[in-house]
Amino acid sequence: MTSPAPASSTTDAAVTDPSVFDPELPWQRARSVALRPEPFGALVYHFGTRKLSFLKSKTLVRVVETLADHPTATAALLACEVPEAQRPTYVRALADLARSQMIETRT
Amino acid sequence: MTAVLPSRPAVERPTGGRLIDQFEYGLDAPICLTWELTYACNLACVHCLSSSGRRDPRELSTAEAEAVIDELQRMQVFYVNVGGGEPTVRPDFWHLLDYAIGHDVGVKFSTNGVKLDKVRAAQLARTDYVDVQISLDGATAEVNDRVRGAGSFATATKALENLAEAGMKDFKVSVVVTRENAGQLDEFKALTDSYGAQLRITRLRPSGRGADVWEQLHPTMAQQKDLYSWLLANGEHVLTGDSFFHLSAFGEALPGLNLCGAGRVVCLIDPVGDVYACPFAIHEDFLAGNVRSPGGFQQVWQQSELFADLRNPQTGGACTKCQHFDSCRGGCMAAKFFTGLPLDGPDPECVQGYGESALAARDTELVTPRSHLDHSHTGPVRGQPTLLGMPAIPPAKICDESPLAGLQLG
Ligand code: SF4
Ligand code: SF4
Repeated sequence: MTSPAPASSTTDAAVTDPSVFDPELPWQRARSVALRPEPFGALVYHFGTRKLSFLKSKTLVRVVETLADHPTATAALLACEVPEAQRPTYVRALADLARSQMIETRT
Repeated sequence: MTAVLPSRPAVERPTGGRLIDQFEYGLDAPICLTWELTYACNLACVHCLSSSGRRDPRELSTAEAEAVIDELQRMQVFYVNVGGGEPTVRPDFWHLLDYAIGHDVGVKFSTNGVKLDKVRAAQLARTDYVDVQISLDGATAEVNDRVRGAGSFATATKALENLAEAGMKDFKVSVVVTRENAGQLDEFKALTDSYGAQLRITRLRPSGRGADVWEQLHPTMAQQKDLYSWLLANGEHVLTGDSFFHLSAFGEALPGLNLCGAGRVVCLIDPVGDVYACPFAIHEDFLAGNVRSPGGFQQVWQQSELFADLRNPQTGGACTKCQHFDSCRGGCMAAKFFTGLPLDGPDPECVQGYGESALAARDTELVTPRSHLDHSHTGPVRGQPTLLGMPAIPPAKICDESPLAGLQLG
C-alpha cells in the first residue's frame, strides 16, 4: 500500500488556515484531479502530485463536484444541504483538500 | 477454493466511521494494483516473491496487455505498480509504459536497473506519471550481492547514477529488510540521499523463493524492535508501503493504513493474467480469476467469491482478543499462510511473541503450502547469489541465461 493521506478524515489537527482556504472565495475541483466513486464516498487522485485522498461521505463528494457551480464554497455547502452543525467539519475537510491541491480557487 | 479462509460471516458495510473500516469491505476498484509483466528475470534473487526467472509462454501479449490498460482506465485505476520478474526485459515494456500513461494509468515500476542506461534514464526523466524503484537489498555490495547475486549492486547503483544525472525526480530505492541488512538502515538512507532519491523499505515475506530463506533472513525480534524505533524516528521521510503494520503492536501505531489489503484494496495481475489477492499470495487458494475470461479484470475484482470472502472483517481467532488487534490486525495473511499458520491467528513475526510459539507448536509433519508456480532458472545464472552456499559460476554463453532466449523479435 502507498500511504494515502486521508485529507478529509483529519479533524483535530487540521487548523483552518485562511491563507490556504477561504470559504468565501470561488473554488473548484483542481483540473488535474479525478474523483472515483466508492461505496463510502470517493477516492480522489491528483495526477500531478500523484497523491491519493478520500472523501468520506457522499455529501462531501457532492460538495466537491459542485464547488464550481457556486460563487463561494459556503454557497456550495448550503446548496448541498450540509447541516449547520456539520459545517465546520466540512470546511476543515475542504481546507485539507485545498492544502493538498485537490481543490483550487477559480478565477 | 475459499475453504482456506477462516469463516468470516458476511456483514453489511457500515456508513461513516473510519476509512480503514471502510477499506475492510473492499473498494469498487483496487488502490494498490500490482501487475507483474513477466516471469523472466536476469537475476535469481534468493527471496524472489514470485519465483521468477524464466518467461512463461502463456504471458499476455502486447495487445492483451493494452486491453488490460484500457480496462484499468475505465475502472479509474489511476496507477499501477509494475513489476515482475524484471519488467524491463519485456521487449514491449517501453511501449506499454507509454500506452498506460497515455490512458491515464500512471506507472510505478520496480526494476533491478539492468536496462536503465543513460538513454532510458533521460527518457524517464522526461516522462510524467512514471515512478521508478530500484531494488537494493544491501547498502554495500557485500550484503546486497549475497541475496541478489554478484554484480547486482553495481548494476543498481549505476542505474541510480544514471537517473540522478538525467535529473529524474522522486525515484526510489526499494529495500526488503532482512536479518543481514537490518543494521544498515542509516546507510541506506545516506546512500539514497546521495542520489537525491527516496528510500522505501518493505517487509520480507515467505512468498515464492522467499519461503526457502525466510527462516534464515527474516529479522530477529531485536531487529524488529530497532526497526520500529527507527521508523518512528525517520518514518516521515521513508516509504514503507505500509508493510510493517504488525510492528504497531510494539506500542504506538505506525502511520499509514494498518490493515491487510489483500483482495480489498490490493491485488496482483500476474504475467499470464491470473488475478491473485496479493502479490505475496501467488497460490491457488488466493487465485480469484483471469483477466482473459469474459468480463475481464473488472468481473474478477467485483464478482469473485474469494474476494467477497476477504472483504468481511475478521471476527474470530486468537488475535481479535489481543489488545493490539486494532493496529496490528493479526499481521500479514501471506506470511501466516506460507509458514503454515492459521489465517486468523498471530503473524509469524508477531511482536508479542505469539508467532514464535505458534511456529514452534506446528506439527512436525506439517508441510507448508507451496505455490503451484515456479519459474526459477533451472540452469546456472551469471552472478548466482551466494547466500545458499552455492559457488559463483563463470558467465555462461548469453543464450543459456537470457530469459528471453529464442524470443527476440524482428
Ligand atoms: S497478505 Fe500481507 S502483503 Fe498481502 S496485503 Fe495482506 S498484509 Fe499485505
Ligand atoms: S497476537 Fe495477533 S494482533 Fe496481537 S500482536 Fe500478535 S499478531 Fe498482532
